[in-house]
Amino acid sequence: MTLFFLAPFLLAPLLPLLDRWFGNKAGWLIACVPILIGIYYGDLWWSLPAGEERTSVSWAWAPQLGLRLTLMIDGLGLFFVLLITAVGALVSIYASGYLAGHDRLGRFHAYMMFFMGAMLGIVLAGNLLTLYMCWELTSLASFLLIGFDNERREARAAATQALVTTAVGGLCLLAGFVLLGLAADSFELTDVLARKDAIQRHGSYPAIVVLVLIGAFTKSAQFPFHFWLPNAMEAPTPVSAYLHSATMVKAGIFLVARLTPALGGTPLWAGTLTTVGAVTMFVGAYLAFFEHDLKGVLAYLTINVLGTLMMLLGFGTPLAVQAAMVYLVAHALYKGALFLVAGIVDHATGTRDLRKMAGLIRRLPLTGAVALAAALSMAGVAPTFGYVAKEVFLDAVWHAPFVPILLTVVSVVSSILLVAGAGRVGIGPFFGRPTQDECDPPGMTMQVAPLVLAVAGVVTGLAPQTLMGPLLGPALEPIAGEPVKMYLTLWHGVGVPFVLSLVVLAAGIACYIVRGSLQRHLAGSLAVARWGPAKWYEWSLAGLYWVADWQTRMLQPGRLPRYVFVTSSVLLLLTIEEIVLRGGLREHYPGIDVRPHEAFAAVLIPAAALVAAASRSRLASVAALGVVGYGVAWLFSIFSAPDLAATQIVIESLTVILFVLAFARLPKYTLASSPRRRLRDALLAGAVGIVLTLLLLQATHEPHPPPISEWYVEHSVPAAHGRNIVNVILVDFRALDTLGEITVLATAAIGVWMLVRLSAQAPAKREGYE
Amino acid sequence: MNLILPFVVGALVAAGLYMMMRRSSIKLLIGFALLSHGANLLVFSAGGLVRGGAPLIEQGESLPPAAHADPLPQALVLTAMVISFGVLAFAIALVLRTYRETKTDDVDKMTTTER
Amino acid sequence: MKSLILQTATRYLFPLLVLYSVFLLVRGHHEPGGGFIGGLMAAAPIALCALAYDVDVARNLLPLRPIRLLALGLATAAGVSIGALFMGRPLLTGSWVELPMPGGGVLDLGTPLLFDLGIYLVVLGVVTQIIFSLATKSPLHWERDES
Repeated sequence: MTLFFLAPFLLAPLLPLLDRWFGNKAGWLIACVPILIGIYYGDLWWSLPAGEERTSVSWAWAPQLGLRLTLMIDGLGLFFVLLITAVGALVSIYASGYLAGHDRLGRFHAYMMFFMGAMLGIVLAGNLLTLYMCWELTSLASFLLIGFDNERREARAAATQALVTTAVGGLCLLAGFVLLGLAADSFELTDVLARKDAIQRHGSYPAIVVLVLIGAFTKSAQFPFHFWLPNAMEAPTPVSAYLHSATMVKAGIFLVARLTPALGGTPLWAGTLTTVGAVTMFVGAYLAFFEHDLKGVLAYLTINVLGTLMMLLGFGTPLAVQAAMVYLVAHALYKGALFLVAGIVDHATGTRDLRKMAGLIRRLPLTGAVALAAALSMAGVAPTFGYVAKEVFLDAVWHAPFVPILLTVVSVVSSILLVAGAGRVGIGPFFGRPTQDECDPPGMTMQVAPLVLAVAGVVTGLAPQTLMGPLLGPALEPIAGEPVKMYLTLWHGVGVPFVLSLVVLAAGIACYIVRGSLQRHLAGSLAVARWGPAKWYEWSLAGLYWVADWQTRMLQPGRLPRYVFVTSSVLLLLTIEEIVLRGGLREHYPGIDVRPHEAFAAVLIPAAALVAAASRSRLASVAALGVVGYGVAWLFSIFSAPDLAATQIVIESLTVILFVLAFARLPKYTLASSPRRRLRDALLAGAVGIVLTLLLLQATHEPHPPPISEWYVEHSVPAAHGRNIVNVILVDFRALDTLGEITVLATAAIGVWMLVRLSAQAPAKREGYE
Repeated sequence: MNLILPFVVGALVAAGLYMMMRRSSIKLLIGFALLSHGANLLVFSAGGLVRGGAPLIEQGESLPPAAHADPLPQALVLTAMVISFGVLAFAIALVLRTYRETKTDDVDKMTTTER
Repeated sequence: MKSLILQTATRYLFPLLVLYSVFLLVRGHHEPGGGFIGGLMAAAPIALCALAYDVDVARNLLPLRPIRLLALGLATAAGVSIGALFMGRPLLTGSWVELPMPGGGVLDLGTPLLFDLGIYLVVLGVVTQIIFSLATKSPLHWERDES
């Protein structure tokens, strides 16, 4: 299992080579990889002993934190594995034809393989964090593939938009998973799924639901996060067919299905899913009706279907769950075929504008037939699998656990628009009077995949229970939590669904026929869409940039005084906050013990510092600085630090010499800040000083912990043969520190040397100076 | 125990920060020197203050007098003083060089590395 | 800044200060003193000389160029530190020899003194290097500003 899990990731970097060696045939070869993987997992699951529902492998990753990398396969996972690998194989064949001759075709295959590995990781994950990791990897692959034509600005913008949207959702998902893992006390999926009661009783349950669902909604393009999906059509068509219709956008659906046993069954869960799903279903179908780009229509209709699936999963009834899975398969078959057809048409005619296409069936007979079959499946016309799916779907909505009438109305309206959409993409371009003479017929590599998908859509419709039952049955069980009795058939008899189906079909056809005037009359309603979520995205991004810009201007303007000001302010505020939180400073100053000469020093040093700060003459400032230094040395000598006092005196003298040397080359004080700024800075500096003083007063009156230097004191003579303990610490006990310090010192001196000596402006005059 | 050092440290830090927020680069240097003094005294006073009890051991003894100052902060401050001298020298050289290149000592104008 | 008083004073003070700096270095292990203060004390008269006479005069007072002093000091300190490794002990472990002195005393010589000598040389090199660098007239014409 490990090997097959890692295979796509390991093979991906090799594919460009394969492409170079085999050219257009490489697609067929690459298609073997998903097929083999699919067969392996299928065999793995079907050969499990009876009664076993799942098998898993697991590696300790960071055992201290309880993190494991777990893979698990059950009916639901297998269902998705087969979907991913089957479509993946077909798409990679198609891609070698679609991108034939493209100089980065090899890289394209590599990205697709990488994506497939990540997507398989999502559906096989047996651990929340494993799932999250693969989830983000698919976002990354999607980014790379949408922006594959990286020379086009729109492609780059769409790639970034998709990445930002799904990554925001991904972060929410991570937060949700962490909370979920804490609530369930384990990140292992088997544990999480088994601890429904503990999770739903936990205080963070609402937060978990909201966060996880935001993750699922962004990935599966649910309203109001749907806007990235139509823009993602910038990607090459195989990507649209694979990632943005068949697999990646279903990851959110998968996640919801996967977690239903743990999180589902509450009004919050069901209500959110149903509402968002129903709105998405309608918005997708409605917007599709006004779109004229072939791939754009398909993208909006995909949004419609994704909404439908979310809504069905929200119902949570066995019937609805069954409807969702059946509908998912039907959609993968017909939408995949239609996307690939769109690519062929685009290739052949050079346009994707539906208004410019007609009568293409004379030039592209096979493609036209495929499109027709897929469109019939999409419209839900018997005997396709789409018809079966639509029947179950309407049945499930009619029996919805809440507001069935309202939901049925919304579903019927959306379905009518869907039928009209099917007509526009599957019939409109192929029939009627031809508008174009020039037409490049597609090669065989591009015909195979859509043909297979369309044929599968019809054949499975003829015998749904026999062909899909063994696959769908086990997939439903992990969602519903119990074995689901399922019976799919083409003919249900005359019931409510059948009647609704007929209504939908009739109205849809009518809608298709009058589409032109309908579009004109309703076009005004699109004004609302202009202020829709895509605009919110732009605004929030612009806001983010503005805040970042403002913050940089305020905090990092490049001017040193501002940095000092900001740092000091923050220091001051945090310190004051801490003091206030701790209930203020205690005031007990026992035994004030100050001798007269110390008091004199205490007055002298601050006075000299004040002079240094206030003087208008730089020499006076430096002289005052000298007084401060000697005063500090005096304090050292009063308080038993002879070494420090002596060093301080010498250093102070050298410092004054340095300043005098520097003054020869610098201007006098000529710059004065405004009085307002001076006052502001003085107030801040004074406040920092006062708070520091108060803190120190407090600190010196706290009981001292025993000094850590006792060991040094005791061992100075016996172990280090030295009676000056300060020196012994420097050159013996802590000599490594001292070694570092003299290195720093040497570096500073070399820096000074370089700064003064090297001159970029006068290279010729350098010699003789050091 | 002792009241004067907190006041001295506070005054030095306040004066140092004020000078570091001025426009003239010389004032920046002086501010830095004042701040270093403040920091050194702060570390020094953290070990507790003792009068007339240098951490020295008499010939023939193995321990210093009972009331002796803590040697560790002194060792720390000793190196800190020397290092801040080195950093100050480096800063002075930097200011000189900047002045030579930009012909200004206005820190407010030094917002970019481009000339 | 050519002052006769400063020049004369420097001439007499210089040897005394250098001697004192060595004294500080050597006694540092037992009494106040040590490499840091010793090095600074040795650099002070040279800085004084640079002010009183000229940088070149001051430079000639040093046996080595400052940058070499600095390197030698670092090498000494690092060598002493590593030396312990060759004797099979952890880095920086000190060793001592006790030499009997005429008059009954015992001279306790140890590697920490060598380490201190390294500090002394580094500090001396650093300070003189900085002073020389800043005191040297630049190849470019500094904008003179009398103050």
